[in-house]
Amino acid sequence: MRTYLSVGKLRFIHGMQYRTAAFAGIATQFFFGFVFIMIFVAFYSHSTVEQPISLEQVVSYSWLRQAFLAFVALWFRDSEIFQLITSGNVAYELCRPCRLYEFWFSKLVGQRLSYAVLRCFPILAVTFFLPAPYRLNPPASAESLSLFVAALLLGLLVNVAISMFIYISVFWTMSPIGSTMMIAIVGDFFSGMLIPVPLMPDWLQQVSYALPFRWALDFPFRVYSGNIATAEALWGILIQAVWIVALFLLGRWALQRSLRKLVVQGG
Amino acid sequence: MKMYWSYLRILFKSIAQYRLSFWLLAVGQSLTPLTGFAGIYFMFERFGQLRDWQFYEVALCFAVVHLSYTLCEAFARGFDTFSTLVVNGGFDRLLVRPRSTLVQVLGSRFEFARVGRISFSLILLFWAIGNLDIAWTAAKVVTLLLMIVSGMAIVAGIYIVTASLCFWTVEGLEIANIFTDGGREMAQYPLNIYGKWVKVFFTYVIPYGCVNYLPLLYILDRTQGSGWLYMLTPLVGVVFLLPCLLIWRFGVKHYCSTGS
Repeated sequence: MRTYLSVGKLRFIHGMQYRTAAFAGIATQFFFGFVFIMIFVAFYSHSTVEQPISLEQVVSYSWLRQAFLAFVALWFRDSEIFQLITSGNVAYELCRPCRLYEFWFSKLVGQRLSYAVLRCFPILAVTFFLPAPYRLNPPASAESLSLFVAALLLGLLVNVAISMFIYISVFWTMSPIGSTMMIAIVGDFFSGMLIPVPLMPDWLQQVSYALPFRWALDFPFRVYSGNIATAEALWGILIQAVWIVALFLLGRWALQRSLRKLVVQGG
Repeated sequence: MKMYWSYLRILFKSIAQYRLSFWLLAVGQSLTPLTGFAGIYFMFERFGQLRDWQFYEVALCFAVVHLSYTLCEAFARGFDTFSTLVVNGGFDRLLVRPRSTLVQVLGSRFEFARVGRISFSLILLFWAIGNLDIAWTAAKVVTLLLMIVSGMAIVAGIYIVTASLCFWTVEGLEIANIFTDGGREMAQYPLNIYGKWVKVFFTYVIPYGCVNYLPLLYILDRTQGSGWLYMLTPLVGVVFLLPCLLIWRFGVKHYCSTGS
């Protein structure tokens, strides 16, 4: 366990070096955040019926998504691992005295964490003080804040566990383009990246609730704004944990299967 | 021009070697705008309308923006990946050839796989038009074509400026994404739903509004006063391209090889 923690930590420190890149990222996140919110404001302005999620909650949802994009985006990936697999250098990784799945898992967690830490504080700090429709509202209550933090961190693990399947699939396809694109497109849609899950039609909500993707994004952000009540959030966190364990075991099994088939040519 | 076609022919032949992966890529790429559009569809299903805009009007707006953006991406991809050419010194090779650098960079890449996205946007365009009650005139058809071409010109202009900046910074600039990807995301909805600063910036600085929103008003008969002015606004996009080309010229003149 200690090995994997330090792998994650190293990756975290490594990621923290790229501060200029983070500035550009923050500017982009702000722009997209504003555009999304303006679209929602326009949609809500003519709505006469009560929507399942209020405009203030959607605004919080949008800013949190922008701030923690590195936690939740599936298209965010480590090209190093792809290169390891396609070039055959994965053989070196196998020589290490630790398990490959856990090694990569902690590396990816550390990486996403460093990205988010660099980007989230400026975004959160500014959006708290924006004028009315654009302001990030404070969390619904102290409980929802603490539940949100727990759900967000567990969500990160859910997301990394899902993204591990993208890397594993490359052992079979040998090209990261196809599988990444498919998982990312489907995942981003059902996680509520494009439109919040409560605004989807009912049948689509059912699909989304049955899939693991929303637990990384939709769930923590709605806990924050109180759209998901405390009692329900506690259950949700339990379900998150179950998904993490399930995806983790399944991923490790799949990786072992593909490693058994793996043939690395010399040279 | 002849040289550009021969570039394309060679690129096409190299693509034709990997047929399956090409088709998979083409289909996969068309899924991104598809989910984006699905998002808009579901929002309309829930809210009914967006300010005073109906679903098919926004669909038309979406289709035009995506069509011109994707066409431009297919043609001008060389500029998007230009930073690698500067980093590895490949640009030096282009400079010693007795042809325009612009054509050579333009011809260095062509994304045939965008055919998936292009056909998706085209289908969407005709579907939206079929469902809208528009009194078509020759002038409106010309306006629509102008919108698409000028939209391409604007995106190409941004690509060229970003690529020119590589002459100084070597690395590509991530911030340019705001103007290309961000501009596309923004322009797929009619411009008048946004706040004032967005409207001003994307009308007068980067004229997405001129090639998309204003002529769209003309096509949908929502204009007041003379339609001619609205019809000709897309030409602003072509005008936008000119200073971008000048910056490119200036950049090439001041280019210092990285030496690798």
